[in-house]
Amino acid sequence: MAEVKLYGWWSSPFTHRIEVALKLKGVEYEFISEDVRNKSPSLLKYNPVLKKIPVLVHNGKPICESLVILEYIDETWEVGPSLLPKDPYERAMVRFWAKLLDEKCFPAMRNAFLSIGEEQEKAKEESTELLKFLEGTLSGNKFFGGDTIGMVDIVANFISYWFIIVQELAGLQVLTKEKFPKLCEWMDEYLNSDIIRENLPHKDKLTAIYQARFLDAAAANAAVAGGGGSPK
Amino acid sequence: MPSDEQLLLLDFWVSPFSTRVKIALAEKGLSYEIQEEDLLGGKSDLLFKSNPLYAKVPVLLHNGKPVVESTNIVHYIDETWPSPQLLPACSYGRSRARFWADFIDKKVFDAGSNIWRSKGDELEAAKNDFIDILKKLEGAMGVKDYFGGDEFGFVDVILIGLTTWFYAYEKYGGFKIEKECPKFAAWINRCKERDSVAKNYIDPQKAYEFVGLLREMHGVE
Repeated sequence: MAEVKLYGWWSSPFTHRIEVALKLKGVEYEFISEDVRNKSPSLLKYNPVLKKIPVLVHNGKPICESLVILEYIDETWEVGPSLLPKDPYERAMVRFWAKLLDEKCFPAMRNAFLSIGEEQEKAKEESTELLKFLEGTLSGNKFFGGDTIGMVDIVANFISYWFIIVQELAGLQVLTKEKFPKLCEWMDEYLNSDIIRENLPHKDKLTAIYQARFLDAAAANAAVAGGGGSPK
Repeated sequence: MPSDEQLLLLDFWVSPFSTRVKIALAEKGLSYEIQEEDLLGGKSDLLFKSNPLYAKVPVLLHNGKPVVESTNIVHYIDETWPSPQLLPACSYGRSRARFWADFIDKKVFDAGSNIWRSKGDELEAAKNDFIDILKKLEGAMGVKDYFGGDEFGFVDVILIGLTTWFYAYEKYGGFKIEKECPKFAAWINRCKERDSVAKNYIDPQKAYEFVGLLREMHGVE
């Protein structure tokens, strides 16, 4: 029997992407909790270059980086919904959006939460511009993948749940129904779909850890600013 | 390729990212037109329309439909014209190729830029960081001739274009790749013997002069 292990952490949106993909495909797997503050020898063995989670280990062979893992899952288990379309041009679009989400949206939105002053304003503006692009791609579709959840929906997971939590903690008004009606509709559809709804990390537990991170960042920012200012 | 198919590459002559795409197109035996973009002077309307988010080259327009981001373009070329295949046949092999392509994209060009942008202690650190990255890549190649194994493949295409700027990094960094990473240097020379690479390899001296211009623009020294 094929052996599938997922090294990850309960609160990580990157780990969550892989869990969702495996569950959508009906793949049974063993979840191995990895606290990256205290990396196990297994993690270092399976991801010696980057030493990060998630790592999928399939029959002893490791696959690293969530976007790479998602494509691997889609190609290896051809049952269940396709995460990527078959047409090469549409696949190129999916890969473009996935990278945009990971390399631009995620850092901008993280900075909007954790920084203050001018840096925060810049991060908020950047987040807003990127969200506008995303809003534009949804035109009429339930999901980024069309009628069913696809790779872009899964990669955008951090917007739908994690960012909403931190936005509230930080008192931000970046992603609102007024500004982004389609994205908010997408969020509802995504969070209420079966596999996603049943597998989200507990909201209170997530809120607690992000609250701690928010307070740590506020303290660090205050120390740098010489005791003045708090994040808005 | 059917004669009614059109390929247009929005290009900048010294872009190592465009070089990747040109090598991929050559590997597939595809003919295409080039529109040279003046990135320092003024970008064309077509570039802004095709790549509204970044307005960067390269962009490949296939029958008028734009594909952006060079690694994405190489992927697209490989899937649209599957022969000869650049990515490995098995899904595990493909996952390894995509991992290393992603690593290269996130690390190599930026590490090189850090070299020409810095001075003194920062330069020394940037140089060491760059060499460390090349050593990791040597590890990925293992005992094979190419990142693709016995054959030139996807990761080789993704990486070889970037090496056109390595002479500039060597000059500004005060090191030689041949001395620090001989296996990597041997791989570069091996790849340069391929037609697809030889015909599209930017003259490293010209790339070095261009980097000199960038240094002036950035006020380095």
